[in-house]
Amino acid sequence: MSNGTQKNEYVSYLDYQGKYKGIMSWIMATDHKRICLLYMYTIMSFFFIGVLLGIMMKLEMITPGKTIMNAKMYNSVFTLHGILMIFMVVIPGLSAVFGNFFLPIHIGAKDVAFPKLNRFSWWIFVVGSIMAILSQVLKDGPPDTGWTFYAPYSTSTSSNVVMATAAAFVLGFSSILTGLNFIVTIHQMRAPGMKFFNMPLFPWSLYATAWIQLLATPVIGITLLMLIAERAFKIGFFDPALGGDPLLFQHLFWIYSHPAVYVMMLPAMGVITEIIPTFCQRQIYGYKAIAISSLAIAGVGFLVWGHHMYTSGMSDTARWFFSLLTFIVAVPSAIKVFNWITTMYKGSIDVKPPFLYALVYIFLFIIGGTTGLLLGSVATDVQVHDTAFVVAHFHYIIFGGMGFAFFAAIHYWLPKMYGRMYNFKIANIALVINFIGFNMLYFPQFIIGVQGMPRRYFDYPAQFQPAQITSSIGGFILLAGLILMITNLVKGARSGAPAPANPWNGSTLEWQIPSPPSLENFDEEPVIKSNPYDYK
Amino acid sequence: MANNTTHIIEYKTLSHILLILLSLTVLTILVAYLELGALTLTVALIIACVKSFVVMSNFMHLKYESLLLRIFVAMVYVLFALIVLITFIDYAFR
Amino acid sequence: MVEHTAHIEEHRDDEASKLGMWLFIFTELLLFGGLFLVYSVFRMQYPVSFHESSLELSVAIGAINTVILLVSSMTVAMALTAIQKNNTKHALIFIGITLFCAAVFLFNKYLEWGAKFHHGLYPGSELMQLLDRGHHLYFSLYFFMTGLHALHIVIGMTLLFVCYFKVKNKSINNKDYVLLENGALYWHLVDLIWIFVFPLLYLIS
Repeated sequence: MSNGTQKNEYVSYLDYQGKYKGIMSWIMATDHKRICLLYMYTIMSFFFIGVLLGIMMKLEMITPGKTIMNAKMYNSVFTLHGILMIFMVVIPGLSAVFGNFFLPIHIGAKDVAFPKLNRFSWWIFVVGSIMAILSQVLKDGPPDTGWTFYAPYSTSTSSNVVMATAAAFVLGFSSILTGLNFIVTIHQMRAPGMKFFNMPLFPWSLYATAWIQLLATPVIGITLLMLIAERAFKIGFFDPALGGDPLLFQHLFWIYSHPAVYVMMLPAMGVITEIIPTFCQRQIYGYKAIAISSLAIAGVGFLVWGHHMYTSGMSDTARWFFSLLTFIVAVPSAIKVFNWITTMYKGSIDVKPPFLYALVYIFLFIIGGTTGLLLGSVATDVQVHDTAFVVAHFHYIIFGGMGFAFFAAIHYWLPKMYGRMYNFKIANIALVINFIGFNMLYFPQFIIGVQGMPRRYFDYPAQFQPAQITSSIGGFILLAGLILMITNLVKGARSGAPAPANPWNGSTLEWQIPSPPSLENFDEEPVIKSNPYDYK
Repeated sequence: MANNTTHIIEYKTLSHILLILLSLTVLTILVAYLELGALTLTVALIIACVKSFVVMSNFMHLKYESLLLRIFVAMVYVLFALIVLITFIDYAFR
Repeated sequence: MVEHTAHIEEHRDDEASKLGMWLFIFTELLLFGGLFLVYSVFRMQYPVSFHESSLELSVAIGAINTVILLVSSMTVAMALTAIQKNNTKHALIFIGITLFCAAVFLFNKYLEWGAKFHHGLYPGSELMQLLDRGHHLYFSLYFFMTGLHALHIVIGMTLLFVCYFKVKNKSINNKDYVLLENGALYWHLVDLIWIFVFPLLYLIS
């Protein structure tokens, strides 16, 4: 790519003045770095609303029966919590935020393949989010079906299911287009000299993720359209009262929603794979294994969806099949964990907040993953399906996993994105509070889940109360930790000490450019190393 | 990068392709009226697959595109086939 | 604050554009794929009803529509050949024929649906509610699948209209025709879907 302009004075992307001024320079931004920030601010806002909804649920669960809300409201609260967290936080989360900022930089490009499409993706994300909010306030009342919209309740309940599912449909488009953009970017825009196996592992994870976003999301798109059609025209695809097949809805729903969890997980693993070599000042162990395992997880992940449906009425053959595939898909994930830990062995470890978050991630992910095996095996799943055990499992995986990876990513990359540093001591204190709060919140759910506490119930027998109270207290502690963490980060981003280009002595390309980067990332041609983790 | 390496398909070739497709369409209809019973669906789908292969290779230029793109297309079809197959593992064995 | 003129050159990468279009086509394949999955499950469960219901459709119109789309696929490919040979006039004619075929297809669809509506058969109608399971599902799928397909015809036509005007004002030319290529690809997709829809809905024996 010829650099027709002479080398200009460095201007950070935050200060760059283009065609638009003020707020329009943000709304109309095509710079992948600005789009990252746009996504980040919107997503973090939805995250906090989701957290507050979670706190409301925890308050409700302090006593059996009604504490602060009745059953219908509780249903609406966990539905919105799920919709927000799944569709508006964890699915777009890492790809749209850190993927947008760092994918082009990691491959030595100045932007993604289709910057205007990138901007359009964010716009649709906003439109879909507004629709989701509208579903809460329109006249039929907020949906109370759970974020899973199972038929027949979703086809017959009078709440705003159509608006909510339409919102999810629109949000799905945002996801698809981001995936499309990233695939083309990785194929077409790598700097000269950077072959696929010279890329860092974060782009690899984004690549695998992008394929899932591209191919899986249309399936839920059509499913939601059919749900809307069924409600509008009384068609009877899924409603047994009309002779429909509710299990077919579940199949279609999970054909997307299972791969979707890998959309959440793969970039998270990619982030951890970046952090560990940097803070161990060591080559990542098993680069190829990690790269290929990302693709393997994406591929096999398409074939395991039935493990959400063991008790719904599938054939025994199907249950056997899905269980087998579920155990198989666990293997590549385990390979990554093994490789991370092996990288640390005899490394020169620098105990900074990103690394601590990465360690916590690994710990929580192992718990989440192994409890997933318990759920993946039919015989044991039958006992714990639809109990609090499942709730604990997926919160360990999604929140403990992807969520903490997100926090790790902010702590790792904030200095690069804003050119400022945050306070390490407070970051570490917040981490400890988060860790304690998180485990107190979710671990008891494993126990009472096995003992029979159902999920999505606002009422329960008195014997579960001590655990529920512990869990709720954990929720408040976690909330405090999150607030402390965010406050520290915001303060750092706004007024922290100026950060150097390479505060962590990292090896990948983002650390070779100024903090914050200039508009086109590389004012000089980047030097592409054949080994992205080139530590001595 | 200007795109001047795309193979140009001649009008004559394109019309031949159309003839092939039309013949296959006629075949599809004929097959439906033969009493093949359960096989009709299989045969019809096979013919449809052949037609789609012809459209994709020729009209959509896949014959002249990179191996990578062809692998992607194959991958998508395989994925879809697997999803249908696996769903039927449930329905067929109830 | 240094003010730059916009110097992010819109670096032209035709391969990237084409790859992007193919990726989008994949999403469409999976979208309709979901519908085909639903169709196959219900057809497996109600083979006789599906057969009986399909007799209500006119194989003739379905076949004519199939032929129309195949022809239109050829003409849009010919339009691309024409542009590559720098023959704007032919390109415009071929795109025009493609659009005409599309319009005829939609008109036929209007006739087909109109006939059904006239008999009280439409999504949500009383007659639909009275049908037994298999028939109800068949017609629901019929309207849903052909309706969604027709929507994609309209989208394809829109893309091709844009291409038409761009060929006219020479912004699509023999040095830069990736837009037409992509528009044609989308049109072929629309044809591809119908290649499967036709036997599945019209030719159930």
